[in-house]
Amino acid sequence: MTKKALSREKPILMEELDTGFKFEVTEEPGGENIKRCFACGTCTVVCPVFSVNDQYNPRKIIRMILFGLKEEVLKSNFIWLCSGCYSCYELCPRDVKITRLMAAVRNIAVREGHIPKPMELIVGLIEKFGRILEVSEFENIVRSKKGMPELDLTIPELRKVLKRTRIHDVIKSSDIDE
Amino acid sequence: MNKSEYALFLGCTVSVKGLNYELSARKVADRIGIKFVDIPEFSCCGFPLGGIHHSSAVTIAARNLALAEAQGLNIIALCSACTGHMTEVEKLFANGANAKDLKRINASLKDLGYQYNGGVKVRHFARVLYEEIGVNKLRKLITDPLTGLKIAPHYGCHYIKPSEIFDGFDDPIHPQSLDKLIEITGATPVQYRDKLQCCGGGILAIDEETPVKMVKQKLDHIKEANVDAMILVCPFCNIMYDEFQPTVESTFDVEYSIPVLYYPQLLGLAMGLDPKKDLAVKQNQVKVTPLLEKIEGLRGGK
Ligand code: SF4
Ligand code: SF4
Repeated sequence: MTKKALSREKPILMEELDTGFKFEVTEEPGGENIKRCFACGTCTVVCPVFSVNDQYNPRKIIRMILFGLKEEVLKSNFIWLCSGCYSCYELCPRDVKITRLMAAVRNIAVREGHIPKPMELIVGLIEKFGRILEVSEFENIVRSKKGMPELDLTIPELRKVLKRTRIHDVIKSSDIDE
Repeated sequence: MNKSEYALFLGCTVSVKGLNYELSARKVADRIGIKFVDIPEFSCCGFPLGGIHHSSAVTIAARNLALAEAQGLNIIALCSACTGHMTEVEKLFANGANAKDLKRINASLKDLGYQYNGGVKVRHFARVLYEEIGVNKLRKLITDPLTGLKIAPHYGCHYIKPSEIFDGFDDPIHPQSLDKLIEITGATPVQYRDKLQCCGGGILAIDEETPVKMVKQKLDHIKEANVDAMILVCPFCNIMYDEFQPTVESTFDVEYSIPVLYYPQLLGLAMGLDPKKDLAVKQNQVKVTPLLEKIEGLRGGK
């Protein structure tokens, strides 16, 4: 861990903190247990992402949320770096359920308009194909040669499903037109 | 023989990048007596939307579960992320839990003809092999044991974690299932440092550098253990270790040449299935031929 990763460039100013942020997080599915964290650092120690990239530090992210550094967290790139491995989840002595917590924070970030481009593309692909990858005619040729059932190239119903879940209420733009 | 019938859930990655996984799974299932039913309306499992829009992720999973439920089938998934996500949603609504949420989802899907009542179980294929079929039954189907091979198991994450949704079928800290499943093929499961390390595939779309470094750590540790191949049970892990292995080799100027097999491919070899025709080993990126030659050699020596 380098010093730089832990030290802040500027001091935290009380008036810049949004003390309600932690309550927003506890309201979000997956974020319920954040206030239980007692900062032991187990999550960071076992985190495989932190082991190669100290920009991603789950304990620190949790502290930032509890302090109320809302904008800094929601606009950050680091909340998108959790690989979702559940190593911390299994070992957290306070059952903070960090993996789900990170997904909850991302959901809030998306609602506030901070969605990384690759994630926006994923939504577009699911709407268009019903999958995040496109199945081509070629795959079906190979499949029938191997005696495997052909796949439907698209699952068009998923666009309708996502309309009902109102995903576009939170993701304003989309590369795929309705 | 177990005559159990399951809906086979492919999801996105297996459909496009995992023909070798799917084919070998179908072939070994056939030998074992597991019947797969294909449901063409199955879509993405919903997992990729979990960190974007929670309710969409849950609703998409519920739609898939409803499709299986309508046919009275439980689901076998090949992808660990599909298994994890759909198991989570399965547990969310099992035994009448969260009835209000389920009611809301059903109302939104009603005009599309779906209704989920909470009655489907989701299982990873490897879990079914280990837990339901069992190593004793499987052992009886081994005709061509792979004695002398050293195999590193890669468990990945969503196959066993979060353990609270997997009914204790394996231990999340000291898992055994894949080691045992390797053992019955006649091969030796090999231990290596940080055996449970994640492949990093979950963040590949956001930042390629970080997962590539994670892959390097894993492959270094496996190389140290001096194995003939590694096996895994998730198409995303496979992208990272098989597809990305050459990238890692050229980025860091190292050489691995570690064949990466899906577990059903290894099992299929031990059942005497044809490597090309039945197990599609040509689809594996890192060449499997040297491994097949070694197997030949080990057998010829007997
Ligand atoms: S392991 Fe749990 S209690 Fe410890 S710092 Fe991480 S979230 Fe907080
Ligand atoms: S789930 Fe996320 S935060 Fe927890 S150890 Fe894995 S990558 Fe790190």
